Amino acid sequence: MSTTDWPLWEVFVRSRRGLSHTHAGSLHAPDAELALRNARDLYTRRGEGVSIWVVPATAITASSPDEKDPFFEPAADKPYRHPTFYEIPDGVKHL
Amino acid sequence: MTAALALGDDALVLSHRLGEWAGHAPVLEEEVALANIALDLLGQARVLLSLAGDEDELAFLREERSFRNLQLVEQPNGDFAHTIARQLYFSTYQHLLHAELAAGDGPFAPLAAKAVKEVAYHRDHAEQWTLRLGDGTETSHERMRRACDALWRFTGELFQPVEGLDVDWADLESRWVESVTRVLGRATLTVPEGPRTGAWSAGAGRQGVHTESFGRMLAEMQHLHRSHPGASW
Repeated sequence: MSTTDWPLWEVFVRSRRGLSHTHAGSLHAPDAELALRNARDLYTRRGEGVSIWVVPATAITASSPDEKDPFFEPAADKPYRHPTFYEIPDGVKHL
Repeated sequence: MTAALALGDDALVLSHRLGEWAGHAPVLEEEVALANIALDLLGQARVLLSLAGDEDELAFLREERSFRNLQLVEQPNGDFAHTIARQLYFSTYQHLLHAELAAGDGPFAPLAAKAVKEVAYHRDHAEQWTLRLGDGTETSHERMRRACDALWRFTGELFQPVEGLDVDWADLESRWVESVTRVLGRATLTVPEGPRTGAWSAGAGRQGVHTESFGRMLAEMQHLHRSHPGASW
C-alpha cells in the first residue's frame, strides 16, 4: 500500500447539537466518498444528525510556527481593537 | 419459528465470517468497517435467535444440519473481492427484504425497521467497493469478476420462500437482479452467466444442507462452548 493510493484526509465533525465543525482526527482513504464513510465509522459511530467534512490533508495550508509573533500577537495596548466595550443583549446567543 | 431461525442464522454466520477478517483486512479503516458490519449482524442475530429460543444454545449447541442459513453466507472469505461480492449479493437481498418486512405488519416489522438502516449501510459499503474493485486496476477487475462468478450459483437460494414471511419473493428477486445488474454494470463487470441454482449448488441451506467449509467454521465457533458446557460468561 503506497501512501499515494491511500492519501491522508482530515476529518471535521459537527455533532447533532453542535454549532460548528470541529477537527476530529485524520484517516487514510482512496477517495473522498470512502473517506466520508470511514469517518462515519471511526468518528461518529454512525450517530444520526451529524455532519462530516473530509478534506485531503494536502489541501490544508497551516500557519508556520516561525511566524507566530507577527501572526498571533497583536498590539495589546490598543484596546479599541477588541470588541469588549459593547453590552450584549440577553437574547443574543453564541456570540 | 422457522423465519426467526432462518434470518437469525444468516446474520450469525455472516457475522462470524466477517469477524475472521479482524487483523487481516487490507487497511485499518476497512478493518473497522468490516467489524462494524459484523457487529450489526451479530446484534440482529441475537434478537432473532432470542425469538426462536435461547440464543447461546442455538448458536453454540446446534449441529450443522440444524442451521437454516443460506449457503451464500457460509462461503469462505476468500480474497477481499470474494468478501465484497458475498456482501453485495447478500446485503442487497437483506436490504430489500427488510424494507418489505418493515413496511408490513408482520411480527418482524419492528425488528426489520431497526435493521433496515444498518443494512442500507452494508449495501452501500458493498456497492462502493464493487465499483472500486471492478473499475480499478486490471488485477482488481479480474479478481472481482472471478468472485462474482464464483458466488453466483448461491444466489438463487435467496428467493426460496421462508415459512412465516409474507413476502412476494418473485418480485423481490426481480428487484434484486435489477439492482445487482446495475451495480455490476457501473463497475464495468458483466452479470455472471450460468444458473443461480442447480443440483451442483444444492441450494438447500434453508433445509439444513450446507457446503463443506461450514462444518469447519462451526467447529471453531462452537469449540469453547462445547468444551465447557454450561459455563457462564
